[in-house]
Amino acid sequence: MNILFLLIPVSLIIMGIAIWVFLWAIRSGQFEDLEGPAHRILMDDDDPRIPRKPQLKDDDE
Amino acid sequence: MSKGSGKADCFHCGLPVPPGSDYSVEIDGKAQPMCCRGCQAVARAIVEGGLSDFYRYRTEKSPQARDLVPEQLDEMALFDRDDLQKSFVRQQPGDRREASLILEGIVCAACVWLNERHVKSLPGVLDFSVNYSTHRARVSWDNTRIHLSEILEAISAIGYHAHPFDPGRQEQVYKRERTRALRRLAVAGLGMMQVMMLAVALYAGEAEGMDAGLRNFLRWVSLLLTLPVVLYSARPFFASAWRDLKRRRPGMDVPVTLAISAAFLASAWATVTGKGDIYFDSVTMFTFFLLAGRFLEMGARHRAGQAAEELVKLLPATAARLEEGGERRVPVADLAVGDRVLVRPGESVPADGRVVDGQSSVDESLLTGESRPCRRQPGDLLVGGTVNIESPLVVEIEKVGEETVLSAIVRLLDRAQTEKPSVARVADRIAGWFVGALLVLATGVAWWWWQHDPAHAFAITLSVLVVTCPCALSLATPAAVTAATGALTRLGVLTTRGHALETLAHASHMIFDKTGTLTEGRLSVAGIELLSSLDREQCLLLAASLEQASEHPISHALCREAETVNEAGSLLATPGEGIEGIVGGRRYRIGTAAFVSKLLSTTTGQPLPGGVVLGDENSLLAHFTFTDPLRDKAREALDGLRRLGLEIELLSGDEEQAVQHIAGQLGIHRAQARCRPEDKLARIRDLQAQGAVVAMVGDGVNDAPVLAAAQVSIAMGGGTQLAHASADMVLLSEQLPHLVNAVRTSRRTLTVIRQNLGWALVYNVIAVPLAAGGQIAPWMAAIGMSASSLVVVLNALRLRQG
Repeated sequence: MNILFLLIPVSLIIMGIAIWVFLWAIRSGQFEDLEGPAHRILMDDDDPRIPRKPQLKDDDE
Repeated sequence: MSKGSGKADCFHCGLPVPPGSDYSVEIDGKAQPMCCRGCQAVARAIVEGGLSDFYRYRTEKSPQARDLVPEQLDEMALFDRDDLQKSFVRQQPGDRREASLILEGIVCAACVWLNERHVKSLPGVLDFSVNYSTHRARVSWDNTRIHLSEILEAISAIGYHAHPFDPGRQEQVYKRERTRALRRLAVAGLGMMQVMMLAVALYAGEAEGMDAGLRNFLRWVSLLLTLPVVLYSARPFFASAWRDLKRRRPGMDVPVTLAISAAFLASAWATVTGKGDIYFDSVTMFTFFLLAGRFLEMGARHRAGQAAEELVKLLPATAARLEEGGERRVPVADLAVGDRVLVRPGESVPADGRVVDGQSSVDESLLTGESRPCRRQPGDLLVGGTVNIESPLVVEIEKVGEETVLSAIVRLLDRAQTEKPSVARVADRIAGWFVGALLVLATGVAWWWWQHDPAHAFAITLSVLVVTCPCALSLATPAAVTAATGALTRLGVLTTRGHALETLAHASHMIFDKTGTLTEGRLSVAGIELLSSLDREQCLLLAASLEQASEHPISHALCREAETVNEAGSLLATPGEGIEGIVGGRRYRIGTAAFVSKLLSTTTGQPLPGGVVLGDENSLLAHFTFTDPLRDKAREALDGLRRLGLEIELLSGDEEQAVQHIAGQLGIHRAQARCRPEDKLARIRDLQAQGAVVAMVGDGVNDAPVLAAAQVSIAMGGGTQLAHASADMVLLSEQLPHLVNAVRTSRRTLTVIRQNLGWALVYNVIAVPLAAGGQIAPWMAAIGMSASSLVVVLNALRLRQG
C-alpha cells in the first residue's frame, strides 16, 4: 500500500495539469462558440492537395 | 412573352427565375440559372475565388443577393474615417487594427467557411474568424495594405452583408462573467472527482480496516484538494451571503455558505486532530452542483440580455444629408436638429423629423404594431427607425439622440425591467428563517451538551449542522425549475428567466397582441369580387403584373396569390393611392377606388368599395380584400387556456374593425383596438392594481415595454429580438397550443416545488430533534442529508416527462 504515498501525489500533479489545460482552453476562447468547430471540421480546407473534381470528370468523359 | 415559362429556381438563392431573364453562371462545369444580376455577380465572385465548393457543402440556399449601389459603397468608405472607427475599432501596435462585425445572411456552416476562406485570402487581412453561434466575426487587418471598406465590400461581393459592431461594455461584462464562472466550475468539477475517489477509499478502509498513517494521508490529501474548491469556486456564495447579512436579509446563499464553511471547517479540524469524520466529498459535490445550476441560469440570462442591443440596429449608421453642394453621407451621430436628410425607399429614417418634400408610405410596424404601411406627406412626422417604402422623402430633423421615440422606448423598457415584480422569493425567505432558527438551535444544542457531556458536544453540534444542511431546501426550487425548463424547451417553449414558471403558474390574465401573435402577421388575399366579365385568374394576373415591382405588403399578398406575372410597361406609383401601368397594350390602375375611378371615361353610379380595386379605362374589374390569417389552432389554444381558468384579453395597435373581427372569431370578449404602447402599459398596470397576475404574449418592438411590465411575458419565436430580450419565455415553436402546455407544466412545477419544500421541512423536523438528542452520528447525518437531497432531485425529475 505504500505505493499510494507516491501515486496520490502523482495524481495531484496530473490534476493540476488538467486544471491548467482547462483554464488555458477557457482563456483562449474555446468555449465561446460551441457549434462552429463541429461543422468546420467537415470542410475541406486542403483542397489544392486533392485532385480537383472537374478534372476527374474530364477524364471520365 | 405572356406566360411565365421559367420553372427553374435560382441556383444561388432558390427563388424562381423570372420569365424572360437570362442570367447564368458556370459552376463546376455546368451552367446554373440565376434569378437576378445580384445573384449572378455573387455566384461569379464565388467561382472566381475558387470557392465553388461552397455550393457542395451548404445545406440551405443563400439569401437573395443585392447589387451594391454607389451610395452603399460611399457608406462603406465612410467606415474608413478614423473618427467613426474610434467607437468600434481597436488600434494595435503598428498599423494592425481589429474590429467586430455583424454578418447578415449566415444560414449554414458552409456560409461561415465561404466567408472565412474568401476574406482571409485578401492581401492585408491578418485574421478573420466567424462565430457560428452569434453570427459575429472578428477581423484584424493591416491598415497600410487594406481598408475596412474593402473588406466590407469583399464580403458583399459574395452575397453577405457585414456591418461594424460595437461590442459595448455590457457584452464585455458578460464575457468576463462567463469565463470566470467556467473557471470556477472547472476547478470545482475536477476537485470533486478527486475527492470522491479518495472518499471511496476511506469508506472502504473504514469497513475493511486501514492503516492509520495511510488514512491520515488520504484525509490530508482530501483537505488539500478541497481547499481550492472552497477558497476559489465557492467564493461567489460567500460574497453574496456576506452582502445578504449586511442587508440583514438572509437569502439562500447564507445557508449554502454556512453548510460549506461549517462542514469544511469541521472536516479540516478533524483532519488536523486526526479525530472525527470528514465531509470533504459533500462539500465539493455541493459546490459543484450549485455552480453548475447557476452557470446554466446565467447562460439563459445572457442570451436574453444580448438581444437588447439589437434595437439600436434599427437606426442606420449613416444618413444622406442635403447640403449646399448636394448630398453627403454623414454618420448619424453627426446629425443636428434642422438638418435635412434624404431617405430613399428601403432605407430607415435616421432620427425623428418632419417630411418637407415628397410623398411615400412608411412601415412603422416595428414601433406601432400597425401592419399596414402609413402614408406620409409634407408636414407629417416621421419616427426614427421606421422604414421608407415607396419613394424618396426629404426629412427635416427635429429630434436626435436621447430625445427620439426609439430612445424613449428603450428607456421605458429599462424602467419596466427594473420594476419587474419578483414572486420567486418564497423559498429564499423560508431559507432565511430556517437559517436563523438553525443558528439559534445549534448554539442552544452546543451550550446544553457542553454543560452535560463536553466530550460529545462538538460531534453532536456538527451532526445538527450537517443533518439540517439546507441542501434539500436550496435544491427544492432550482431542481424543479431546471427539470421543467428542460421539458418545455423540448416542446419549443424557451424559459429565459428563473421566475417565469412560478409566475406563469399564478397567472390570472393572459393578454395577447394581435398582429404576429394570434395572427401570422402577413397579409393575404381574403376575397376577390369580380366586377366585370374577366375571371378570377385573369384579374389576379393583371393585379400581380401591376404590383410586381412594389414592396408594399398588399403587393406581396397579390403576387403570392397569383401564380405568374406578365410584363408591365410604364408603371407609375402614386403613394398611398395606387399604381398605373400598361399590360398587354391596355392601361390599368390598381389601388383605392377613388384613384382607379379617375381613369374611367364614364363615372359609374355605384358606391365605391374599400380595399383595393382593379380597373381599366372602361370599367372596374375586380375588388380585392385582405386579411391577416389567424394562426393554426389559435381557437383551441385559447379554449384550453380558458379551461385552465385564465381570463383572455386582446390589446392591439390595429384598427377597430380588424381587431373586432379577430376577437369575434376567437370568442374574446375584452378586445381593445388602436392601443399605443402606453395604452397597453396602462391597461396592464390597471389589472395589476386590481391584484391580477398578468401574462403577456406579444411580438413587436412596441410590445417590449409591455412585455417587461407584465409579471410574466411570452414572446413569439418569430418576433423581434427586442421582444425576446424583455420576455421571460419565448414561444420558439410559434404553436399557440404549447402555451396551454406551458401553463400546465408551470402549475405542476409549483406543485413539485411545494412537495419538495414540504419534504425538506418534514425531514428536518424529524432529523433535527434526533440529532440534537445525540441519536445521530455525523456519518448518519451525512447519509440523511444526501438522501434528502436525492429525494428532492428525483421528485423534480418527474417533471422531465413534459
